[in-house]
Amino acid sequence: MQFDDNAPVLEIKDLNLSYYTRAGEIPAVIDFSLTVTCGESIGLVGESGCGKSTVAMAIMNYMGGNGAIKSGSIKFKGVELTTLNPVELRALRGSAISMIYQEPFAALNPSLTIGNQLTEVPMTHEGISREDATERAAQLLGDVCLPDPERVMAAYPHQLSGGQQQRVVIAMALLSRPSLLLLDEPTTALDVTVEAGITKLIGEISKKYGCSQVYISHNLGLILEVCDRVFVMYSGEVVEEGTINSLFTWPKHPYTHGLFGCIPLPTADKNAAPLRPIRGQLPLPHERPNGCNYGPRCDHFKEGRCDRGVIGMDYVSATRTTDHRVRCLRWQEINTEPDVLHSEAKEPLPIGDTVLEVEDMQKYYEIHDRSIAAIIRGESVKYVKANESLTFRAHEGETVAIVGESGCGKSTFAKVLMGLETATQGHVRQKGKEIADVPVNKRTPQQIGSLQMVFQNPFDTLNPSHTVGAQIARVIKKFGVEGNKAKIRQRVLDLLDIVKLPRDFYIRRPRQLSGGQKQRIGIARAFAGNPSIVIADEPVSALDVSVAAAVTELLMEIQREHRTTLLFISHDLSVVRYLADRVVVMYLGQIMERGTTEQVFAPPYHPYTEALLSAVPIADPEVTKREIVLEGNLPSVLNPPRGCPFSTRCHRKIGKICDDERPPVQLAADDHYIACHIALDELRAVGPVIQVPQESERLHVVETGAADPA
Amino acid sequence: MADAVTATADLPSQSMAASLMRMLKSFALLRESWVGMIGAAIIIFWVLIALFAPLISPFDPNAHLKPFAHPGAEYAQGGTFWLGTDKTGRDILSRIIWGSRTVLFYAPLATFTAYFVGIIMGLAAGYYRGWVDDVLSRLADIILSFPVLVLYVIIIATIGASGTNIVIAITFASGPGIMRIVRGLTLDLRNRDYVAAAETRGESAWRIMIIEILPNARGPLIVDGCLRLGYVIITIGVLGFLGLGLPPPDPDWGGMINESRQLAMVFPYMVLSPVLAISSLILGFNLLADGLREISLRD
Repeated sequence: MQFDDNAPVLEIKDLNLSYYTRAGEIPAVIDFSLTVTCGESIGLVGESGCGKSTVAMAIMNYMGGNGAIKSGSIKFKGVELTTLNPVELRALRGSAISMIYQEPFAALNPSLTIGNQLTEVPMTHEGISREDATERAAQLLGDVCLPDPERVMAAYPHQLSGGQQQRVVIAMALLSRPSLLLLDEPTTALDVTVEAGITKLIGEISKKYGCSQVYISHNLGLILEVCDRVFVMYSGEVVEEGTINSLFTWPKHPYTHGLFGCIPLPTADKNAAPLRPIRGQLPLPHERPNGCNYGPRCDHFKEGRCDRGVIGMDYVSATRTTDHRVRCLRWQEINTEPDVLHSEAKEPLPIGDTVLEVEDMQKYYEIHDRSIAAIIRGESVKYVKANESLTFRAHEGETVAIVGESGCGKSTFAKVLMGLETATQGHVRQKGKEIADVPVNKRTPQQIGSLQMVFQNPFDTLNPSHTVGAQIARVIKKFGVEGNKAKIRQRVLDLLDIVKLPRDFYIRRPRQLSGGQKQRIGIARAFAGNPSIVIADEPVSALDVSVAAAVTELLMEIQREHRTTLLFISHDLSVVRYLADRVVVMYLGQIMERGTTEQVFAPPYHPYTEALLSAVPIADPEVTKREIVLEGNLPSVLNPPRGCPFSTRCHRKIGKICDDERPPVQLAADDHYIACHIALDELRAVGPVIQVPQESERLHVVETGAADPA
Repeated sequence: MADAVTATADLPSQSMAASLMRMLKSFALLRESWVGMIGAAIIIFWVLIALFAPLISPFDPNAHLKPFAHPGAEYAQGGTFWLGTDKTGRDILSRIIWGSRTVLFYAPLATFTAYFVGIIMGLAAGYYRGWVDDVLSRLADIILSFPVLVLYVIIIATIGASGTNIVIAITFASGPGIMRIVRGLTLDLRNRDYVAAAETRGESAWRIMIIEILPNARGPLIVDGCLRLGYVIITIGVLGFLGLGLPPPDPDWGGMINESRQLAMVFPYMVLSPVLAISSLILGFNLLADGLREISLRD
C-alpha cells in the first residue's frame, strides 16, 4: 500500500451504508462526505440512531455480519479502503488507524497485564523487540499523564480506576503512531472531573502526535472543547457541518437549533427560559419521510417544498471560507433568533414548609474480614463510611439537587431515605416523623407512598414480564389511592396522559418501549401514589439529549402541578443549575457545600465545587471557563483521610491542617454552608469559574444580526 | 371522554386475547430451529401414542399369550406380534405403547415437583442471602455430593418402591441442582431496578420473589426443564432396570429392559424395542431443549 502523504488523511465521498437484515435493507448512513486534513480534529454529533458509530466502524470496514458499504469511497491517505482485503486491513487497523471505544474496561483484556497488552501493539505491527516495546510503552504512559508507569505496566486492568483505564486505552491507541484516531464517546462512562482530564488529554494529543481525530459524541460541550470542525448528523445524514466557531455561534439547521434548545446552557433557567424539547420522534430507518428527514419535527416545515426530492448541502457563507454547510432548503428564510431557543417563561413555584429534615445522618456499612490475620490484629470489622454527618432541609415544592461523583454516597443516602437501608446514627424526619431507623417494611403505606423514587437506568426500571398498565396499577392499589378496579384503571390512563404517552401503552410490555418512554413510565409509576417527595436518581443521564430535555420538562411540569418536593441526584452540573433551587455537594460521604443554586454557583466556592464547575463542558463558545484539573485519586472509602476528604486532590490545599483536622462548617451567607479550612474572605476573593457574557455583548448581536461571518 | 371509558372496558379482554396470541406466537417461533422442531415432533408422537394407547394397542399388555414369539409372528387367536413377545408371553408392542403412559405421567410429575421445591429454595437463597443462603446451599451441597444412583437406591430402599415414592426420590435428588440454577438467576435479578422499586413500595418478600423475579428467570428454566425431563426419564428407566421402579406388572420401559437383559444375546429384539423407545423420547427432549436455547439466544 502506497500512502500519499500529501493527500488528506481521510476523505469520505458520498458514502452510503446499509444493514441487511431479515426485514430487508435498512439504510443507516446516506450521502456522507467528510474530509480530514493532517492534525485536524473532527467532531461527529448526533443522537442514538443517527449513524455516527456506523461511520466510524465503516472506516475500518468493521461493520459486522450484516452491515455493508453500499456505495461511496473512503480514502485514507490516498488509499481506497473499501477495496482492501482482510490482510491489508489488519495491517492498517491498530497501526495507521486506531480506535478508542466507550467502555475502557471492556477494551482491555482482564487476564493480561497492562504491559503485556501495550507491548503487543508495536511488536505486532513493527516487529520490534520486547525491550524496545516496553520502553516505548512506559514512555507513552508518562505522556498520557499516568503516574508511576512501571507500576501500571505490571498491574491488571481491574486494579486501575476507570479514568486510568481509559488513559491506558489511549496510550495503546497511540503506540504505533497512528495517523488517524477514531474516538467513540470515550468519556461517557467516566465521572465529570475524570472526564475533564481525559478530554484535555485528547485535545492535546493531536497537536503532540500529529494525528488527526474523528471524535464521536452526543455532547456538544465536549465537541466544543476538543474539535476544530463539527458535523451534526440526523437519521443517517449530515444536516450541518462547519468550524466550531461558525456552527456554534450561528447554527443554521433547525435540528441543530433544536439540539441547542435542549441543552441546559448557563443561560437557560427552568422558570425564565425553560428548555424547548424537540417534538415528535426519530423516524424509523425504513420509514424515513420524503424529502427532508427532519421535516415532520421541524417548526419551519413547508409542505410542498420540504417533503420533495433529495436535499443537498448548501454553503452558508458566500465566500465559503468557513466551509459551513447546511442541508436545508429554507435556511435563509428561517429567522433563527436565540429567543426561540426557549419555551415561554413560567411562574416560579412558591416554596412551602419543610417536608424533609436530615440531621447529622450517618451510614456506615460493616465489612467483616474473617481471615485469621485480621482477627489476630483485632481488625476483623471494617467500616465503609458511606455517609458521614449529612445535614440539610428540603421544603414543599422545592428542587434540591444532590451533586457528587461516583463513590460520594448519594445512592446510599437515597437508600436510607427510601428505607432500603437504615441509618447508623442521626435523624431523618419526613413531615416530622422519624424515618432514619425505620426500614421500609415497618413504614405505613402512606409514608411509603409519599416518598417515591425514579430510577436511573430506564432499561431496568420496569419489569419486562408484566405489562406497563399492570405495573402502574399495582402501585395505585398498594398505596390505597383507589379501591375498585375501574377507578384504578382510570387513574392509570390519567397518568399515561400526564406523561404524554398514548393510552394503548396500557397493554404494552416494556420490551416494546424506547428508553425515553420507559423513563416516562417510571415517572408515572413514581407519581401514581401522589407522593410529596420524589427522589430522582440521575433520571436522564442514560437518555439522548432531546429525550432527556423532554423528560426533564415533564418532571418539572408534574412537580409544578402537584407541588412535589424533588430530590434530584446528579453529577451533571448543567442540569443541576437549570432546575435546582438548592444544591448539596457531596464528596466521599460528606457534604462539602450547600446552599441555593445562585450561592453555590458563584464565589465563595468550596474547592471541590470549583473543580466540578470547571469540569462541566458547556456548549457555548462565548462562555469563558477557568480551567482546574484535579490530580490524584479518590481515596478509598474504607480508609478515608482523617481530615478533609478532598485533601488528597485539592488544588487549594493549605497544608497539613487539611490532612489532619476535619474542616469547620463555615456559614458564608443565609443558609449557605462551606466545609473548608480556608478563610471565607479568601474564598470570596476567588473569581467566578464560569463567565457568561451579557446578552448585549454576544457576537451575533454585536455584528448587528449579520448571519454570515465575512 | 366516552371513548376513553369504552376503550378501558375492552382492556381486560384485550389483554387476555393478547396473552393467548403471544403464547401461540412463541410456538410458531419454534419453526425457526429445525432441531427444535424435530424434538417437538418426537415428543408429540409419543404423547399421542400415550393418549390413544387403549385404541392402538393390539393386545392387553399384561396378558400372557405366547412366550418368545419373534417379531412379526402371528397369534393363533388373531393379531400379530409386531415386536415379538417377552419371556412370559406379553406382547412387546403393547407394553411399549402402554409404557409410554407410565413414563409420560411420572416423568413430568417428578420434574414438576422437583422444580417446585428447587424454585422455592433457590428464590429464598438468592433473595435473602445471608444465613438462609448458607444453610440452603450447604444442604444442597450435601445432597449433591451423593452419587445419584446411590442416593436413589438408599431412598427407594428406605421408603419402598411405588409411583409416589419414585416422584419423591427424584424430587429429592434433582431439587438441589435446580435450586442452584434458580439461586444464580435470583442473585443476578434481585439487583435490578424494578426489584428495588417493588421493595421501596413495601411489597412482601415472597411477592417480589414470585411475581417480580421468577417470571424473568423463565428462559433458562424452560430450557433446563426440557433437559431435566430427559434425565428424569433416564432415571425412571434406570430405577426400573435396577428393579427399584414401579412394581410389576405395570409396563415400564426400564423394567422391560431389566427383564430381558439376560436373554439379550439370544433374543435381542426383547431388549432393543424398549431401548429405542427410551432413547428416542430422551432425544426428543434434548433436541427440543437445544432448539429453545437456540431461539432464546437469537433474540
